[in-house]
Amino acid sequence: MATAPDKVKLDADFSELYKAHLKDVYSYAYYRVGNHHDAEDLTEQTFLQAYRHFARAQEESKGRPLRPWLIRIAHNLAANYYRDRSRRPQTNIDDAGALSTPHTTEGLVQDRDDLARILRGVQQLPDDRREALIMRFALGMDNKEIARALDRTDGATKVLIHRAIRQLEDIVQADANGGSD
Amino acid sequence: MSTPFPDIEARLRDALAPVDPPIHLQQRLETTLDSIVELAADELEAWELDAIKNPRNWPRAAVGPAAAVVVGGGAAVGLVLLRTQRRRHKRRAAARGARDLFARTLKDAGREALKVFDDLAPHR
Repeated sequence: MATAPDKVKLDADFSELYKAHLKDVYSYAYYRVGNHHDAEDLTEQTFLQAYRHFARAQEESKGRPLRPWLIRIAHNLAANYYRDRSRRPQTNIDDAGALSTPHTTEGLVQDRDDLARILRGVQQLPDDRREALIMRFALGMDNKEIARALDRTDGATKVLIHRAIRQLEDIVQADANGGSD
Repeated sequence: MSTPFPDIEARLRDALAPVDPPIHLQQRLETTLDSIVELAADELEAWELDAIKNPRNWPRAAVGPAAAVVVGGGAAVGLVLLRTQRRRHKRRAAARGARDLFARTLKDAGREALKVFDDLAPHR
């Protein structure tokens, strides 16, 4: 059992982790579940669960970054969320497009259409491919981090991301062709 | 067939831009985490004080090893008695009177005790 000084250090470390990765967890949750309400719940649950297991995770990480572990918790909770509610993610494109992407007035409509098309495509990907793209592009995680979060090898992760991008290109292409018919 | 987005990775980066968590979520989370941390600290402090003050926690810290020695010792004595008992018919047949039987029993018990001691501490 942790002694009082250990506990103070542990809490301080957890506070650092929380501050450093709140945005990551929220972004992941948002793109995973597709709405702000559930993303908030998922983020809260992720940090509560992380706090419970933080001491062990810190010990086992041997100094490696804990972001993949945190995202893995969110990933598992999101999987339960879908299992419990038997539903697929939906992304509110108006929110997603307007939140933090800088737009000039010129080309605004086209940009929003493009983003909408890409997000629709991302939502059509199989779960593991979609997750890998969220981790790479929303969170900026590298292959090693994504591999740890998804419990895969680095090589398998590289292939997963490559295939996800290729499949997304096909989906977006089909969408564009369908839209121009 | 050309893709509508030649640099799809850049477009993906735009489409999946990081999302700032709402302020109310940060406040809610920080309040929840603070109360859990305080609760856990109180619990830890209370547990440590209890552990020192409450005699019921002493066995775990101090009496535990002593109890293990007692239990282990009891098992060793039981083993000596059992092994000594096995040779009782031979002793009776060879004994000349009650005093001789008692002496032989003690001798067997001593020998069995040494054997058990050897088994428990072979490299002493």
